[in-house]
Amino acid sequence: MHSEFDPRDNLHPGHMACAGCGEVLGLKLVLQVAGRKAISVVVPSCLGIILGPFPHSTFKIPVFHAAFETAASSAAGISNALLAQGDEETVVIALAGDGGTTDIGFQALSGAADRNENIIYCCFDNEAYMNTGIQSSSSTPQLAWTMTTPLGKPLKKKNMVEIMGAHKIPYCASACSCFPDDLRRKVEEAKKINGMKYIHILSPCPTGWRYPESLTPNIGRLAVETKYYPLYEIRNGQEYKITHHPKNLPVEDYLLAQGRFKHLVHKDLDTIKEEVDRNWDELRRRES
Amino acid sequence: MRMFLTGNHAAAYGARLARPQVVAAYPITPQSPIYEKLSEWDGQGVLGGRMMRVESEHSAMAACISASLTGVRTFTATASQGLALMHELLHYASGMRVPIVMVNVNRSLAAPWSFWSEQTDSLSQRDTGWLQFYVADNQEALDTVIQAFKISETVFLPTMVVLEGFYISHFMEPVEVPDQRSIDEFLPAFEPAFRLDTNNPAAFCQVVTQSQYAKFRINRHMAMEDALEVAEDVDKEYKQRFGRGYGLLECYRLEDAETVLVTAATIGSTAKVAIDALREEGRKVGMVRIRLFRPFPKVKLIESLKHAKKITVIDRNLSPGQEGVFCEELKSALYSRLNGIPVFGFVLGLGGTNVSPSHIKKVFDITQKMRDAPLKPIVNIEDEDAFGI
Repeated sequence: MHSEFDPRDNLHPGHMACAGCGEVLGLKLVLQVAGRKAISVVVPSCLGIILGPFPHSTFKIPVFHAAFETAASSAAGISNALLAQGDEETVVIALAGDGGTTDIGFQALSGAADRNENIIYCCFDNEAYMNTGIQSSSSTPQLAWTMTTPLGKPLKKKNMVEIMGAHKIPYCASACSCFPDDLRRKVEEAKKINGMKYIHILSPCPTGWRYPESLTPNIGRLAVETKYYPLYEIRNGQEYKITHHPKNLPVEDYLLAQGRFKHLVHKDLDTIKEEVDRNWDELRRRES
Repeated sequence: MRMFLTGNHAAAYGARLARPQVVAAYPITPQSPIYEKLSEWDGQGVLGGRMMRVESEHSAMAACISASLTGVRTFTATASQGLALMHELLHYASGMRVPIVMVNVNRSLAAPWSFWSEQTDSLSQRDTGWLQFYVADNQEALDTVIQAFKISETVFLPTMVVLEGFYISHFMEPVEVPDQRSIDEFLPAFEPAFRLDTNNPAAFCQVVTQSQYAKFRINRHMAMEDALEVAEDVDKEYKQRFGRGYGLLECYRLEDAETVLVTAATIGSTAKVAIDALREEGRKVGMVRIRLFRPFPKVKLIESLKHAKKITVIDRNLSPGQEGVFCEELKSALYSRLNGIPVFGFVLGLGGTNVSPSHIKKVFDITQKMRDAPLKPIVNIEDEDAFGI
């Protein structure tokens, strides 16, 4: 990890994220790699809080705090306006949460992917509407507790990386804020490619996932090392590459470290294990 | 150059002459021919800007807002359901003070499904902070689109130019299309002082406190008030350069008029025929056509109506449970100055039904027979018993 005084930082110290926030770790890395020649769009989410109130800004690069469902369409508007002025250099980066991406902003995102807009779209996935107080989104994992799924979410998490891959965009990837080198490399990769880029960043959230804030790096690493959340990338919808080979730790190490899963019984854990194995086998099959 | 154009194509020519750098649009009847014409020009490489074929009107408006914040001139067009879908972002656009110009082609809103002219779609956006012009013919559509860019870029508020579906959008008329060089002289390049710029990083649309919010809201209102004078000045300059001006209101045969019809858009052009016929019969009637609806030209309206003995309003729109919107707005404007004049509100032409000169003549007849204005709108001019004559 880099110190808060890293000269590449595009995030001022003193932001308003919760203690132990996994999202702001990822944000810091994404903005570092994006560089100063970048314009960003933020939509309502924890990102809007991290950005800070008028007239202050946590970001060192230009940022437009746009309407909830418009991360992709607003970024596309900026990208087209830059191209209309002959600027092919400035990076346009959309920053949204999982609700703003997988639910309310999904149509605009799919449209931008269809048009192959020249933007980098980063979804910071903390697996629920955390900014509004932990309500379930379509990115909330199966059986997870939230304020609106008090008995555990009945249905499965929407797989955004596969959905974006199916759009045949030049580049899409899963990443995690607790794997900084992998995340940095993926943003660097995205910067090199013309057209639509999508990076899905798992962002552990002590507030909503119910674990002590000091454990954020461990929780993120467990998500990946248990194969629960694999790190990979897809080019042009078909070239799969797993970017970190997990240690295959028991999935309950990840789940039972979090209060949102504490109600799980053996049967639930077995169901999740089967699902994780099935998904991993499928991913390996696609990679080969 | 004189061309034979539909209202939609006239509006598209107006947009093209303004050299928009980003156009974002989505198809909807009866607006689609504007989108198609701009796409055709884009295909020929003569549009000049970038065409975004987005997946919804909501994204069209989102893209126009952020593109405008990046410092380019933007244009879009929509109708009815599309405008309603944009509603959230119409507030956003005026709040961000981006001078987007949008054509809205009036079409009745579902349910039930209908495709014909009614103004309820655009009038429902009354409080979004957009300027709204209602035009009466194809030439006025083209000229108003060009004027709108200049007004918007002066006061930093977005403008909606409203054409009636089919009555204007698909109807062909001879239209004088100005040459590009004279438009370039009239409308300089868009150069906003603040924009998303990596050389001068800033955050746009941050969270504000209650009192900061109140100040932003009042500022937006003040800009809207300023727009009255700006719209008039721009129209005068346009008239000097191109020989055509429209005013904020069109006043027709008002001298010595005792009964004055107030209306908007194409009913205003139809009414002239009826008024001419009634004048032939010696009846003292005239008309005021409201061209600029937001900001509402109260002072000019009061001035033009101060000698009227009766005012009658025809609205092709309806606020259920109240009355026609132009009628309601007019009464509100008159109340503090001319509240002795009875105002008769008629709601006709809903769903694009025809309002002919004979209907308008009948409206004058009914107004003549009634002494006091009813509190409810008159929606059926065939059944005189229904409103107690």
